[in-house]
Amino acid sequence: MIEAIQSSLHFLISGFAALTWQMAVMIAVGCLLLYLGIAKDYEPLLLLPIGFGAVLVNLPLTGMMDEHGLLRFFYDTGVLTEVFPCLIFVGIGAMTDFRPLLTRPSILLLGAAGQFGIFLTIILALALGMSQLDAVAVGVIGACDGPTAIYVTSQYAPHLLGPVSVAAYSYMSLVPLLQPPIMRVLTTEKERKIVMKATKEKVSQTVCILFPIAVTIVTCLIAPKGAPLMGMIMLGNLMRESGVVSRLVGAAENEIPNVVTLLLGLSIGATMQADKFLNTTTLLVLGLGMLAIILDTAMGILFGKLMCLVTKGQVNPLIGAAGISAYPMAARVAQVQGQRYNKRNYLLMHAMGANTGGQVGSVMAAGIMLSILQGLGLG
Amino acid sequence: MDNIKFGVIMTTLGMGGTLVSLWLLTLVMTALKRAFPERPETPANTAGKEAGK
Repeated sequence: MIEAIQSSLHFLISGFAALTWQMAVMIAVGCLLLYLGIAKDYEPLLLLPIGFGAVLVNLPLTGMMDEHGLLRFFYDTGVLTEVFPCLIFVGIGAMTDFRPLLTRPSILLLGAAGQFGIFLTIILALALGMSQLDAVAVGVIGACDGPTAIYVTSQYAPHLLGPVSVAAYSYMSLVPLLQPPIMRVLTTEKERKIVMKATKEKVSQTVCILFPIAVTIVTCLIAPKGAPLMGMIMLGNLMRESGVVSRLVGAAENEIPNVVTLLLGLSIGATMQADKFLNTTTLLVLGLGMLAIILDTAMGILFGKLMCLVTKGQVNPLIGAAGISAYPMAARVAQVQGQRYNKRNYLLMHAMGANTGGQVGSVMAAGIMLSILQGLGLG
Repeated sequence: MDNIKFGVIMTTLGMGGTLVSLWLLTLVMTALKRAFPERPETPANTAGKEAGK
């Protein structure tokens, strides 16, 4: 009898005995993410499930990421198959209004410049000794686009999925802190005060419906490997603009992203196991990821300056910073900074155009990267 | 393939490819807008819509 009680007691406290300091550190990291999400409101929709997933997976003997574990099931079915990021893109497409971009198509070029930091970061990562595929995964953090980063990383560097996802989502929420100093350094006060005229031109509904179809065809012909991402974002947008599938649009805006975000967050958190996460590579990923976003912002602003020069002062370079994805936060930052230097300046609609351009740009850049990798025999 | 060659290819083709692709999309958008311009509301259109009700 006593032996049985002792044996049961031993089993009950076996969790404490199996807890290592590395697991404790990772549980603390998970709690930090929960704190950032709940108390600081940094991307709570993702940081909360990611943080909780990190706590769960680092509790010993739970077997959550073992072969038949619950989190392993979510991870295998949703992340490894790339289904989750693609489903989130349907929601993003359904929630995005491309009219500000369609009003002034040239602004889309800012969305291209806003991705240059990705490629510059790849060079830096290679110089620091990372492998080629790891460098691609780290560079794509600069897209400031969580689902794209997850999609690329899960294909080419699944072992980096945890740090890449955490960096992508947490830095995205830091955009309002990261961008203003770069804007001030790279622009003159005169440039920041430039007033951009409001465009009165309206875009017809036919154009709004044809836009996602045309973008899908053109971009998938150029970079077929990006089709799952671009295809899903444009499907969502087509549903929105067509106006004939309001029930599907409702699901794409609410139920689908809500469920997928929960499962995706938990799955990402589950990749943050102590033995895989606590290493110098993680620090390198976090550092380079921040650099990627800084470089993207800088390149977007510099391209904005070029457009300002070409248009003889009609473009405020601040909207170049919105060329990174981070929708709609980056556009709001441009608006706030513009108004700070000129109270009569309303950059929001122009910045929204650049920001939606950044969304298309980040997906396009990822698609092109994937196609290049395939061409090089690495894909 | 060595890292230098990989980096150069990825950067030039990646940046160039993204820029050219998005420039092509600006042309597509401009063409769509020209082909299907927004028609201003005219009294005749409005009357037609109301009759459709």
